[in-house]
Amino acid sequence: MTPVLAGIALLYLLAAVLFIVGLKQLSSPRGARRGNLIAIVGMVIAVAVTIPLLHPTAIGIVLIVLGVAIGAPIGVVGARAVKMTAMPQMVATFNGVGGGAAALVSTVELLRVTGTHAPAVSLGLPVVFSVVIGAVSFAGSGIAFAKLQELMRGTPITYRGQQLANGVLAAAIVVLAILLVVTANPGILLGLLLLSLALGVAFVLPIGGADMPVIISMLNAFTGLAVAGDGFVIQSPVLIVGGTLVGASGTLLTKLMSDAMGRSLANVLFGAFGQVVSGPAAAGAADARPVRAGTAEDIGTLLAYSQRVIIVPGYGLAVAQAQHAARELASLLEQRGVSVEYAIHPVAGRMPGHMNVLLAEANVPYEQLREMDEINDAFKTADVALVVGANDVVNPAARSSPGSPIFGMPILNADQAKTVVFMKRSMRPGFAGIDNELLYDPRTIMLFGDAKDSLVKLAAAVKAA
Amino acid sequence: MTPTLLSEISVFVLAVFVGFEVISKVPTILHTPLMSGSNAIHGVILVGAMVITASATGPVQDGLGFIAVVLATINVVGGFAVTDRMLEMFKSRQPGGRGPGAPS
Repeated sequence: MTPVLAGIALLYLLAAVLFIVGLKQLSSPRGARRGNLIAIVGMVIAVAVTIPLLHPTAIGIVLIVLGVAIGAPIGVVGARAVKMTAMPQMVATFNGVGGGAAALVSTVELLRVTGTHAPAVSLGLPVVFSVVIGAVSFAGSGIAFAKLQELMRGTPITYRGQQLANGVLAAAIVVLAILLVVTANPGILLGLLLLSLALGVAFVLPIGGADMPVIISMLNAFTGLAVAGDGFVIQSPVLIVGGTLVGASGTLLTKLMSDAMGRSLANVLFGAFGQVVSGPAAAGAADARPVRAGTAEDIGTLLAYSQRVIIVPGYGLAVAQAQHAARELASLLEQRGVSVEYAIHPVAGRMPGHMNVLLAEANVPYEQLREMDEINDAFKTADVALVVGANDVVNPAARSSPGSPIFGMPILNADQAKTVVFMKRSMRPGFAGIDNELLYDPRTIMLFGDAKDSLVKLAAAVKAA
Repeated sequence: MTPTLLSEISVFVLAVFVGFEVISKVPTILHTPLMSGSNAIHGVILVGAMVITASATGPVQDGLGFIAVVLATINVVGGFAVTDRMLEMFKSRQPGGRGPGAPS
């Protein structure tokens, strides 16, 4: 090994170490932002030391430069322009394109090698692995994006014989994968790519929108593994380390996330199968039931003369961009001596930690944010639980009805407050698509309308009280 | 089995353990940024995309390699940018250096 090559190998090692340190820092609140920067430095080193290793054709140089010149602005604009509320689908997109790139790297390498000689099994195996996993991640992330962006129905999509169809699809992929390793035929490679894309779609369709963060995390781990497979294909240790780190930590993170929702991963993945579809009939019955609707003035007065108010923010608050209005109402109440806290469900918003980011954006004092375990006992002593655009995270069905899709999910005990105020646009069910008994509880007052408008009206009413 | 493959497998197995170990204790609040940050790290596939595009033979491989470079660049650049944007939200409000996940 020449000194130059040795130097490059050591720099790759440095990049890998920086990825590890970056990840470590990312998992502690204090160092998170620095951790991201450390990982960026690692990435710049990894890409930079690759350049002298390339002996590209003229067209190769042009394509690489052009590709980076096109991809970089798309990434930056996408990341900067996206609304904070749309963050989860943005992460899904970035993950999906990475999966696509991982599948293509193996595809091209196999095509190149078969042009000259029959590839060894030690090449064929990781190629097949990366092509399948990468393509599943690409297509699956696409469906996750479509569901979160509400381009398609967020509820689980199931049909008769779905499990059988998916099983056949998976079996066909295994057969083609074995054939490809043995024959290295480009036609089989194409077939394998297409079937894997189909599997990615089929695999995410039956998963409900509320579970999507867990799926995105899982697909993130998939892409990591596909990248590690590519590392074996093109014999690049930095790909192996980078990809494997994400594959392993992503798998663990997926488990932590489903734990935070009180669900097993198997339940998230396969929970929709065989579930009784109780759509129109149940909803129709619900519509007919009476609810108590209040005016902003009444509720404002109620809040103004309370001792303790707990705000339960949900995705609806974020969509209405009502974080600032909520904070203003909270400061008005505090000036009157009312204690105000925010109860943050682990999966409030669309992802764990999402709501914290949104409220941080509105400068809500960190001291007022309470995690679920910290505040759940306090609802008993609260005068008002003000539920703003949340639904599933306070649905008592999670405690009491074993048949419910969210049964077992830990919820906020908003139903234990003296009065529950629900701010919603309509009686429409939450993201999980299920009815909420708490809406019909005699202690519940509904305040219909856009969350932001309602909060502004409430603030005016508090001032007047 | 070649010595190269053997060392690659060793690296792989050790990286699995490091990956598990490195995030074993992470507060819920950081789940989203952590997912997003690790998402950016697998953008290292850009290195692979560059390598295969440089050595591609023929228009099909050139075209696929080019697409791989574009996709990988979006992954790595967008991934880091969006993670930084998320974490930026926590930055301004740490009186006395207390992080957002520290108990109050």
